[in-house]
Amino acid sequence: MIELSGIRKAFNQGHDNEYWALDGIDLSIEAKKVTALRGPSGSGKTTLLTIVGCLARPTEGRVRLLGEDISGLPERFLTEIRRKRFGFIFQQFNLIKGLSALDNIILPAYPTGRPRRELLERAEELLAGLKLGHRRHAKVEWLSGGEQQRVAICRALINDPELVIADEPTANLDTHLSREFMGILEGLADQGRTILLTSHDPLVVESDVVQRVIDMRDGKLIDEH
Amino acid sequence: MKLWLAKQRYLIDFTLASLARRKTRNLGLLLVYTLLVFMLASVTLYTHALRQEAARVLAASPEVIVQRMVAGRHDLIPPGYMEKIGRIRGVQKMEGRLWGYYYDAVTKANYTFMVPAGNPPAAGEIVVGPALERSRGLAKDNGISFRSYSGKLHTFIVADVLPQASELVSADLVLMSEQNFRAFFDYPVGHYTDIALSVANPQEVRNVAVKLGAALPDARPILRDEVLRTYASIYDWREGIVLALLSAAILAFGILAWEKASGLSAEEKREIGILKAIGWETGDVIKMKFWEGLLISLTAFLAGFVAAYVHVFHFAASLFEPVLKGWAVLYPRFQLTPHIDGLQVATLFFFTVVPYAAAVLVPIWKAAITDPDSVMRS
Repeated sequence: MIELSGIRKAFNQGHDNEYWALDGIDLSIEAKKVTALRGPSGSGKTTLLTIVGCLARPTEGRVRLLGEDISGLPERFLTEIRRKRFGFIFQQFNLIKGLSALDNIILPAYPTGRPRRELLERAEELLAGLKLGHRRHAKVEWLSGGEQQRVAICRALINDPELVIADEPTANLDTHLSREFMGILEGLADQGRTILLTSHDPLVVESDVVQRVIDMRDGKLIDEH
Repeated sequence: MKLWLAKQRYLIDFTLASLARRKTRNLGLLLVYTLLVFMLASVTLYTHALRQEAARVLAASPEVIVQRMVAGRHDLIPPGYMEKIGRIRGVQKMEGRLWGYYYDAVTKANYTFMVPAGNPPAAGEIVVGPALERSRGLAKDNGISFRSYSGKLHTFIVADVLPQASELVSADLVLMSEQNFRAFFDYPVGHYTDIALSVANPQEVRNVAVKLGAALPDARPILRDEVLRTYASIYDWREGIVLALLSAAILAFGILAWEKASGLSAEEKREIGILKAIGWETGDVIKMKFWEGLLISLTAFLAGFVAAYVHVFHFAASLFEPVLKGWAVLYPRFQLTPHIDGLQVATLFFFTVVPYAAAVLVPIWKAAITDPDSVMRS
């Protein structure tokens, strides 16, 4: 589904503190599979995720989505791809405080202009699917960590993306909630969605749900299971 | 088009929710902003209405007033003067006027004593202006005495009080008969204070003034248009003084708006990052913030303007009255005719709403173009 070739990413390029976070990544992410990027802090996992998710552009190299080179596209087109094809689950959940769970979930669909009723129906359906329907009108800051993450998952799915990107999804969850998350992940995989995540949590990378684990260190791919 | 409208609705919905989430800060800003518009609008509405009022009242006054000058000072019109003017073509009507100032030690104010052109009060009676009615507690049929400059006491009966409609220029008037006037001021018979001329053709007024200058070299013709212009410039000057005083408030608001605009909070920056990451375009974020600025500034503008309207036309601009209105000890009191000038509203709008919207947009644009990947690292 996604092919990366010769990807390099530099921060502060041309300055004294120039730093290469990714250094020659060649990778193919298969559709409808769960792939995990594993590695210590600073290994480049999150940076790679941002490039796959069109949140950032590589300094060098090519990104192909369904065979089309998207690395040189202007920001507007990247945003459109991001909105239509990707759903994001962030480590800190990144929900907007002061808004209800429902309002947070439908936010990514605002730029599409889809009718509000349709959005609310879809959001209710997603919340019910994750057993959170009773908390739909609660402000997100009143929710527990596990509930917040489920709202974030619903938000990632509101535009029905083919690929779900999750950055350290269990970093802020206890073992019980982490297992629950893996259950949700399995459900998404069963729906035929492609999932790419980063983690160094054994509960995630050693789970049967994850079909492919790629090890990273110092901005390079070093191993694959 | 439908899609575009739906998107704008969503943006406005989100903007309103954002404003509500930061209630205290936005309400504070709205309050200061409204106050500023209120003050500026009060000054402009009030001075504009005063100019209109003066123009309305002076519309009935003569086209030309002739005064005689001696050594550069206003002097009495001697007998024989009127005959010379009568020969100037274009002069339709002419009348000698009698008026003068009188200092009343009781109220420590100057009154204008005058003999009206038509229907003068009967001998021993006077008609007073509304301000005099208030300050001396006069009513119809009351008696009042004034000590003349010669030291003699003159007693009059108040026959009537002038209507409030003309108070702006008649507040301190005392109308009396010619006989009483001449007796009170020891005014020589045949002499007048000045001469009022009516000119049939408005285009001819200036020509008549030139001819007057030639026929009577010691005369000074005063044209009605010039009087109107003088009033207008007096109000312009007063308006300028108040605006100069207000400039400190304007500056303070500028600093506040700039502070608010340039100092996007970490929370706001984080939200912009999230919105971009989940698929909002830079344009959507800027539009959303534009709606926010517009909603605040329009609300403040409308609230401030309506409050100013009520202040000026229902409460007689009580806050600025002493600076903007009075030119005598006796302040006129009157209800202004509500009048709104489109250009004035547009100017006020341009100088209050546009700078705010611009000040807000620049830093928003800077924040909105940051890479969305920053949200992954927060």
